[in-house]
Amino acid sequence: MSDLDATAMREENPSTVSETMVIVRSRDVRNRVIEAVLPPLVALLVSIVVGDLLILAVGQSPGAVYRLMLEGTWGNAYGFGQVLYKTTTLICTGLAVSVGLRAGLFNIGAEGQLAAGGMAAALVGLALPVGTTAVIAVPLGVLGALAAGGAVGFVPGALRANWGAHEVITTIMLNFIVLAFLSWLVSAHLRVPETLHTPPIHAGALPRLSVLWNGFHGSAANGSILIELCAALILGWYLFRTRGGFELRAVGLQPDAAENAGINVGRTWIRALTLSGALAGLGGINFVLGYERYYEEGFATGAGFLGIAVALVGRSNPLGVVLAALFFATLSQGGLAINALVPKQMVDALQGVVILAMAASVPEVRRLLAQARGKR
Amino acid sequence: MSLALAFLAQTLRIAVPYLFAAAGGVLAERAGIISLTLEGFMLGGAFSAMLGSYWSGSPWIGALCGIAGGVALALLHAVSTIRFKADQVVSGIAINLLAVGLTRYFLKLVFDSSSNSLRVAGFSAGTSTGSLIGGLLHNPLIPFGLLIIPVVAWLLYRTPFGLRVRAVGEHPEAATTVGVSVKRVRYVAVALSGALAALGGAYLALDQHQFTDGMSAGRGFIALAAIIFGRWDPVRAGIACLFFAAAETLQIQLQGMQAIPSQFVQMIPYVLTIVALVGLVGRAMPPAALGRE
Repeated sequence: MSDLDATAMREENPSTVSETMVIVRSRDVRNRVIEAVLPPLVALLVSIVVGDLLILAVGQSPGAVYRLMLEGTWGNAYGFGQVLYKTTTLICTGLAVSVGLRAGLFNIGAEGQLAAGGMAAALVGLALPVGTTAVIAVPLGVLGALAAGGAVGFVPGALRANWGAHEVITTIMLNFIVLAFLSWLVSAHLRVPETLHTPPIHAGALPRLSVLWNGFHGSAANGSILIELCAALILGWYLFRTRGGFELRAVGLQPDAAENAGINVGRTWIRALTLSGALAGLGGINFVLGYERYYEEGFATGAGFLGIAVALVGRSNPLGVVLAALFFATLSQGGLAINALVPKQMVDALQGVVILAMAASVPEVRRLLAQARGKR
Repeated sequence: MSLALAFLAQTLRIAVPYLFAAAGGVLAERAGIISLTLEGFMLGGAFSAMLGSYWSGSPWIGALCGIAGGVALALLHAVSTIRFKADQVVSGIAINLLAVGLTRYFLKLVFDSSSNSLRVAGFSAGTSTGSLIGGLLHNPLIPFGLLIIPVVAWLLYRTPFGLRVRAVGEHPEAATTVGVSVKRVRYVAVALSGALAALGGAYLALDQHQFTDGMSAGRGFIALAAIIFGRWDPVRAGIACLFFAAAETLQIQLQGMQAIPSQFVQMIPYVLTIVALVGLVGRAMPPAALGRE
């Protein structure tokens, strides 16, 4: 164990040196589990209550609506395929936001990074000659998406590290700049007349999941979900098993302490936001290589903000992010399923409710736990 | 000459929602609460203004309802960030998403449409070719919008309340020791920002006589950009609003000529904000306690 590990552990558990170490630690583990799991449960509960109110407002029965929602998402292969498709993009933007949060940074620019990644994948697919084997074309498309997203993410990292420009503001502003630039690129150079999309890519398309199992027929789910799950695994390994990931988390917990321990905080910020952007960019392959096989304006809309929701509910943990992405994708697809009874726009409102409840319950739970600890 | 006047009139018209939102945002930010929420307040304000006007037939009642809608969202944000100490950025994003979701839901519910409301009573827009003064006075929210910046500047720099707002945003501990309730000042400042940004949204809905989905269209973020570019000073933020509006007007007027692609004109506020943050045109220093408890 390096000195750094020891420092961080002392900081997290100041009493580990005492003789009651074992007792304190087990209590600590329990508290940390509560702190991680309770806020999402509270958020879920609040959103169900608000959802009930919205459903009752149109004179429907909540039970029937939720049942319909489950049937339309997990109850049939097509619906589940659509859930998986939506999950795929959200895993990426969720992981992107999580990496930032782990380093103490807020990446609100995932939407622009996602769009840039999709554009890069499309450009690679358009540049390659027709009939290029997928073994070459797919990795190139993936690399293009990673590189473009990473480049967009690098900018706010560098602005923060070198000039102290706050990343919340710069990532928001960059979103608008990148989306406007891509919109110009499409409208001035690339679009198929009368549409907002580029011509279809020549190579690098990923197979739909319906190739594996016919039940998915018609749904947009495709092979990129495997790539995104790998990305989540690799990220988990990087964050919790490597020196770079440790430094990143140390900077997120205590930038001053990390600096004192010899970590270059500025460089870690740049690395974190570049990685964050790359992960968001990777999400672009889901639509471009897996679904429509072209870049279309607006495909990324909303995925960045939802990525924030996913990262929060998933507690910035790769496994948590995958589960949270599945939850929000279900909610989003479920909206379509219930449209006959309740306006599907209800789920848009519920997404906001979940985030708000998460935001309010995280510090509240922490405070209550600290209070309980103090009383003991 | 008349071309210049038309340009000026159109610039002022475009600037009004920015001015309202920026005036509100300056108050909240100077009190230490981040104003990512302006977008949501505007959207909520636009929708409730339209609804008020639709039910009452009076655009004035509509404007009041708009304010009420904005204040309701603002109080939700205030409770979550001040009472529950939620992260201001996260809560702000949630408020924006909530505003999008709720307006869509009730638009569908009341008007059975996912794109726009029915036509409602509004402040009829004068034609831009008419006399400048007449055209601008036609919609009473326009002179209000032009006056709001000096009013907020006076409030912030010349009244005890403004002094408290600035104290709470720079040094809440010091404000507490002299007996200022940090929480109360922040509640009021956030509520005011909700009311003002909502008026900006109400202007949009009442000017177009209807609500359309996503009608705020990023204007709240442009107002935030103006606040930062104006270094958190109401007058400078107001000038930035006028400047951004002038660029937009220029882009509309040049549309036929395709001199500069419109997308590049749209980038201007955002690029300038980053430039200001990086410090190329005088360092933009936020209030010291912005985003902190």
